[in-house]
Amino acid sequence: MTVLLDPPSSPDNQQDRPRTLDPAAPTSDKVFHGVTLSIGVIVLVIMGAIGVFLGIQSIPTFQRYGWGFFVESQWQPEKDILGISSVLLGTFTIALVALAIAFPLALSTAIYISEFAPSRIKSFLVSMIDLMAAVPSIIWGLWGFFLIQPKAIHIAHWLHTHLGFIPFFQVDTDPDAATWAQSRYAASAFIAGIAVAMMVLPMAAAVMRQVFSQAPAGEREAALALGSTRWGMVRTVVLPFGRGGIIGGTMLSLGRALGETIAVVLIISPAFDIKFRPLEVGSESVSALIAGRFGEATSNQLKALLTAGFVLFVITLIINTLAAMIVSRSRSGALTD
Amino acid sequence: MSSAVEGYAPQPPAYDPYAAPSTPMFPPPAMAGARGTDQLQVLSGGTLEARAISAWFGSNKVLERVSLTMPANTVTALIGPSGCGKSTFLRILNRMHELIGSAQLNGEVLLDGQDIYAAGHRITETRKRIGMVFQKPNPFPAMSIADNVTAGLKLTGTKVSRSEREALIERSLSRAGLWKEVKDRLKEPGAALSGGQQQRLCIARSLAVEPEVLLMDEPCSALDPTSTRRVEETIHEIREQVTIVIVTHNMQQAARVSQQCAFFLAEMGTPGGIVESGATEQIFNEPRDPRTADYVNGRFG
Repeated sequence: MTVLLDPPSSPDNQQDRPRTLDPAAPTSDKVFHGVTLSIGVIVLVIMGAIGVFLGIQSIPTFQRYGWGFFVESQWQPEKDILGISSVLLGTFTIALVALAIAFPLALSTAIYISEFAPSRIKSFLVSMIDLMAAVPSIIWGLWGFFLIQPKAIHIAHWLHTHLGFIPFFQVDTDPDAATWAQSRYAASAFIAGIAVAMMVLPMAAAVMRQVFSQAPAGEREAALALGSTRWGMVRTVVLPFGRGGIIGGTMLSLGRALGETIAVVLIISPAFDIKFRPLEVGSESVSALIAGRFGEATSNQLKALLTAGFVLFVITLIINTLAAMIVSRSRSGALTD
Repeated sequence: MSSAVEGYAPQPPAYDPYAAPSTPMFPPPAMAGARGTDQLQVLSGGTLEARAISAWFGSNKVLERVSLTMPANTVTALIGPSGCGKSTFLRILNRMHELIGSAQLNGEVLLDGQDIYAAGHRITETRKRIGMVFQKPNPFPAMSIADNVTAGLKLTGTKVSRSEREALIERSLSRAGLWKEVKDRLKEPGAALSGGQQQRLCIARSLAVEPEVLLMDEPCSALDPTSTRRVEETIHEIREQVTIVIVTHNMQQAARVSQQCAFFLAEMGTPGGIVESGATEQIFNEPRDPRTADYVNGRFG
């Protein structure tokens, strides 16, 4: 015998309200909540304080030079000519060279570790990559200067000789001269970019590897059960799933590459030209400029350097925020089940 | 007892569980005469024979010397309680078992007389000939419905012309019983379909590479009754062209769709094995082992 319910009558419906539940959480939970919240807030406050400090310090410079600060290419405090256009361009050139080198290396490293490496050597490879991140940047700078530069100038010369018709590979010298001018290819954005690439590679590889390893096992098996090779499975399942991680990881490393200082200071020879010839001697980045001029700066020049730092801070903040958004979206949004 | 078993009476091959049974199920219809000749090409299933299969995960032995012949163009159901090794056995049949790092096996799997584990046998070719449908529908979410169907061709490097491709999409979706529902939205992503439709899309995707054997690992366990019925109809329609091995926890389903049945059991601390196998009608109506009788009558598992 079953029971049939009467349709609810209207007076009953009037009384049908959501009841309030006792929210009481145990004291230990409240304490834990408070501690973690305050630590999280402190991090945000420190971050915000840096931004506010740099912003306040840059006000006089912006008042004095206005938009000219972004347009002027020279940095000549003695003539009161200060601008960061060439330095910004140099910063981005070095970062782009670094990414062009680091991206394919990081991507293939991440694919190999997450998809092909036997489990025995997997953890070894992961810790080797982490070790790369632990190498101090000064070491990478020395490595770039003493070990890479003598080799890299030959690569630069080869690129100039064979691809010199593209403006990007142009160097202001004759590539076919009997004794080619080696010094024209040294201390360039290209060589600084190689050193910076080694610094950003571990982070990019780690982000990509993590996203790849989250590709759904069901879809992997589906591809393999259809008779796919492992590489075919990677192409149809892992790479489309990991696209967000690939983009996000690359942008995170772009953020790091833009701010990289000491390796650039060691390798590059400062030059303030508006040019887009990374193979050619001389360039400058914002952080290298600050590091190089900091010691001898007067109070006003110091403020100008801080302004340059503020601009770099804002740019990297934007890039890192975008990257974090892209990475997190690839983790939740790409899952369809 | 006999009346309880009556409820599992297998359905006639012209599958409609809601129509009155018109043709007797056993003996099974002669396969050679029943083969579809209206297909563009005459497809036929292959005979799969497992010989003395043992399997391990690490040092834990999960299957011991299991032998089973799965004849061409027959639906073989693997039944048994959880953890008895039937899914492992199924995954051994198309070399999916070895994807798990610690997995090992012994024995032979013969497809039309040739050992798929023999040296020089390409694993991709084996998996192409022995397709698989999984418990959870797993279409490629970023691909359109049409691209999902032809994914296997792309993955195995099979080139087809545009018209052939369209014909293949229609044929595969029709065989999986999905064509009518999706023919106007082939460009939509596969993830936009319902669970039951996704599972039939996965069946269509497997059929598109024209396998000789189709392995199904609890294909309906995540589906509602209506979708389950559609998938079972599909099994009935395609079994004349492809040999089917299906793992199921649902005994009514095993009775409805299969002609042959194998009952797996792993008793306390021992590796799994087949207790009894044979025609589905016999397994359900006159099992010889008391444990089989207990299981098919729902007394354990």
